[in-house]
Amino acid sequence: MAAVDAPRIRQERRRTAWRLGLWIAAAVLFAGLPTVFPSGTALTTMSLMGIMIVFALSYNMLLGQTGMLSFGHAVYYGLGGFLAVHAMNLAIGDRLPVPVIVVPLVGAAAGLLFGIVFGSVSTRRGGTAFAMISLGIGELVASSALILRSFFGGEEGVTTNRARLLRLFDWNFGPQLQVYYLIAAWCLVCMVAMYALSRTPFGRMCNAVRDNPERAEFIGYSAQAVRFIAFCLAGGFAGVAGGLAAINFEIMNSVNVGAAQSGSVLLMTYIGGTGSFIGPVLGAVLITFLQLMLSDATEVWQLYFGLLFITMVVFAPSGIAGILMMHAPLWRARVLHRVVPAYLLAALPCLLGLAGVSLVIEMTYRLTVKANEGSAFRFLYQPVDAKSAVPWIIAALLVIGGFWLFRRVRPIVADAFGEAMLVARRKGWA
Amino acid sequence: MGMTAPALELVGLHKSFGRVAVIRGVDLQIEAGERHAIIGPNGAGKSTLFHLISGRFPPSSGAIRLKGRDIAGLPPYEIRRRGLARSFQVTNIFPRLSVFENLRCGLLWPMGYKYAFWRNVDRLVELNERSERLLEEIGLADRRHLPAGVLTYSEQRALEIGIALAGGADVLMLDEPTAGMSRSETDQTVELIRRVTAGKALVVVEHDVGVVFGLADRISVLVYGEIIATDTPDNIRRSEAVQEAYLGTARHGEGAR
Amino acid sequence: MLELVSVSTLNGLLYGMLLFLMASGLTLIFSMMGVLNFAHASFYMLGAFFGFQLSHWLGFWPAFVLAPLAAGGIGALVERYGLRAVHRHGHVAELLFTFGLTFVIQELVQMVWGKLPVDYRVPPSLDFTAFTVFSTNYPAYKMFELATAIAIFLVLLAVLTRTRIGLIIQAALTHPNMVAMLGHNVPRIFMLVFGVGTGLAAVAGVIAGPALVTQSDMAALLGPILFVVIVVGGLGSLAGAFVASLLIGLVQTFAVASNASLAGVLGPIMPGAPAAIRDLWDVTVAQVAPVVPYLLLVMILILRPAGLLGTRDT
Ligand SMILES: Nc1ncnc2c1ncn2[C@@H]1O[C@H](COP(=O)(O)OP(=O)(O)OP(=O)(O)O)[C@@H](O)[C@H]1O
Ligand SMILES: [Mg+2]
Repeated sequence: MAAVDAPRIRQERRRTAWRLGLWIAAAVLFAGLPTVFPSGTALTTMSLMGIMIVFALSYNMLLGQTGMLSFGHAVYYGLGGFLAVHAMNLAIGDRLPVPVIVVPLVGAAAGLLFGIVFGSVSTRRGGTAFAMISLGIGELVASSALILRSFFGGEEGVTTNRARLLRLFDWNFGPQLQVYYLIAAWCLVCMVAMYALSRTPFGRMCNAVRDNPERAEFIGYSAQAVRFIAFCLAGGFAGVAGGLAAINFEIMNSVNVGAAQSGSVLLMTYIGGTGSFIGPVLGAVLITFLQLMLSDATEVWQLYFGLLFITMVVFAPSGIAGILMMHAPLWRARVLHRVVPAYLLAALPCLLGLAGVSLVIEMTYRLTVKANEGSAFRFLYQPVDAKSAVPWIIAALLVIGGFWLFRRVRPIVADAFGEAMLVARRKGWA
Repeated sequence: MGMTAPALELVGLHKSFGRVAVIRGVDLQIEAGERHAIIGPNGAGKSTLFHLISGRFPPSSGAIRLKGRDIAGLPPYEIRRRGLARSFQVTNIFPRLSVFENLRCGLLWPMGYKYAFWRNVDRLVELNERSERLLEEIGLADRRHLPAGVLTYSEQRALEIGIALAGGADVLMLDEPTAGMSRSETDQTVELIRRVTAGKALVVVEHDVGVVFGLADRISVLVYGEIIATDTPDNIRRSEAVQEAYLGTARHGEGAR
Repeated sequence: MLELVSVSTLNGLLYGMLLFLMASGLTLIFSMMGVLNFAHASFYMLGAFFGFQLSHWLGFWPAFVLAPLAAGGIGALVERYGLRAVHRHGHVAELLFTFGLTFVIQELVQMVWGKLPVDYRVPPSLDFTAFTVFSTNYPAYKMFELATAIAIFLVLLAVLTRTRIGLIIQAALTHPNMVAMLGHNVPRIFMLVFGVGTGLAAVAGVIAGPALVTQSDMAALLGPILFVVIVVGGLGSLAGAFVASLLIGLVQTFAVASNASLAGVLGPIMPGAPAAIRDLWDVTVAQVAPVVPYLLLVMILILRPAGLLGTRDT
């Protein structure tokens, strides 16, 4: 027996070492990023990404791991943030010796507590019923936020000042760089914790309940209990993210508990990919970046997000991570380069179509909402007048041409992938 | 008999769906260490009987005792925790989990890990060894990493049984374990069942006459929601009433497959 | 007092019937296809905006007929070219698809009609007082809304109980797996059901638009209440949706009309607000009205997790 298992044990050891290496690499990356991107904008962006990584991973504990689609996860993020802000103000007011670095624990406790309270009502049922109930509870909290003014601070929200908390050595966490490091450290800790959680007996039963809640009951587990525990823990981690947000922004308002924030974390997680641990991380980074970039570039960025999301649901339900995973065997078999030409070829019609669609959207926008500001604007550095026919014809050609080309190119891409896969399989990698 | 309670005891069990009575008064005692087969024509209510005992549906009336304690109406997980495990006629596995993971999940509760979220599953030596052994026993060792959903039908059947066997429950209930298996797979499966149920109670529903008569200590014949006979295989084989009520129809049923 | 009660009852009934117009379509779609159409309220909004635009061009009555047809047509197209493609990825993907659709529809509506309310007016032919309760003039337009909602309700009832397709739908409601056995025309039936369901929501939009505010956030405001209705009623139960629609319609209308507050009730016996509930002390019931449906949801879930008339576990 032992002799047979020796290779397996060795393999397991190698995997563990690999994983440890990855975590260390992540830590080094987090520590080194400010050196590479030292600008103020970069620091705020990266801080926000760190917060969103924690939030999206906590969301995926529900959606990806346990199969629970929540439309109200911002409740735990927001309430965590609000309690963190109040805790900070209390510490400042009473001169309590609390360093800002432990404030996310307040968020965690709040998220966990509210997770227990609301989870006990909402996790009795899974599936669609759970989704609707999470939405209802989200609305309950969001609309209560406008009534309970002394806690939620009404329209303006509640503010705080992180620099007035206890100093640690000579760090007061006033400068964004110090906040970045605080967020990066918490982010790493939470990532490790959530990863470890997915590899425990409980984590595995979450997956089992996601796959087949009925059978899970016949092997001794109450699906409801599994859902409830997952919900509470996810609430706790969302609370950490909220606490970090409170430190980062020094303000919380009722928008943070609302439907838009819940929708945004769902978007990130899903687009990143719910099927693997890395998916939500990718999604949080990418969507945060796009949100900041697109909201500068266009005022209808939400429309682009909606379209992107729908496109992902239809064509790539496993998300970006899923698409990457699909190529893992090719990478291992060293045949990844074989699909590159086909992909480049496919990129052309996609870009053409995208340009056409966004031209139509932007021109329509000029003619309707922005009608009184004139119909002339710049699109891809070109001056465009939405009132003349030429750009409309160009846009139509781009869309139709892109679509037509795409249909032509699609079989080529599929063939290239299929062939590469065949090679990979022959080499024993799939 | 007398001192210890039977492993499983059904008293006056009834189940109706709306106005349709499917189980119409079943009484049955199964002792620890007994292998008991339930046979009967299609639609007789065998699977429904399993569902009642294992907690998928509550009975309309009657008592179900597991090792002397009433379990009627308890949820399935409570019943599993009290030592009754089952497999399903319609394959009911965890499609996105790997084959190995399916079996390991089946072992978690019986080995006492419950909802532990502070231990690493890969470090639990005994858990992994037992999962490994089970994987070998059901003959799926070379499929260990595949998601269960992509297995062939007969492989999924083997996994279905494997999940039920995991954890070595005191009372094991298998609903048509060998349906869809080849002759040699069937023989292996029967051998495995025989081995793991030594000294425990087994309740099995089977259409394969060879399996039934080879495995069972006693046989009950369920027809239209009622048990018309419970006896040793030899006596069942000889019984006129059974011949008439069941074996004739069963042969038609077999032929139709 | 009696005046308030009778007017509020009428308004509550009206609101409830409008909710039911939407909830019935949502329930039909959910029961037959297993899809919870997250974008259902978006079709209500489309109905209102189409109604506004078409009545601007053609007058109210043509708009009253054409707007729901247009919105329902879009619904059918969404089913045919969107949902059907997602179907193989399962119900979660379908729900997410319709979730994404709410964003897109809202943004498109904003793009075309802007973020401010549009001037969707009661048609002159219905702009008079129907009757007077004590001193309140009850507008004829509201009676028209109520009559329309009730008429559609009766037609729906007749279709469900008297026609072949109705019987099929009923069978599907009680035995969801049976839909698969209906034969070759399942995709057609799905498209039809989706089109009709979204069309019904659009009817609610067309008739409610002039009475309420026709604005690009109306879907986001109403959507969650709609889901509360079907969860409270019991997912998949038409009768439950009916009861819950009226219940929520009435409760919310009465809440809006009430200016009672803790200060008002307890003020005479307690001099000041206890610190813990300072926020709640002066708030009137009308101000908490937006919270009421959700409180009701939580209460029902604690008492009856499957909803008022729900049987099906999803
Ligand atoms: N949930 C249910 N609702 C209504 N009727 C049911 C339900 N489950 C089973 N039945 C009916 O109960 C009867 C017995 O079904 P059951 O599956 O128990 O038979 P069985 O003996 O296992 O048959 P088979 O040999 O085909 O597996 C059948 O007529 C079936 O239609
Ligand atoms: Mg059966």
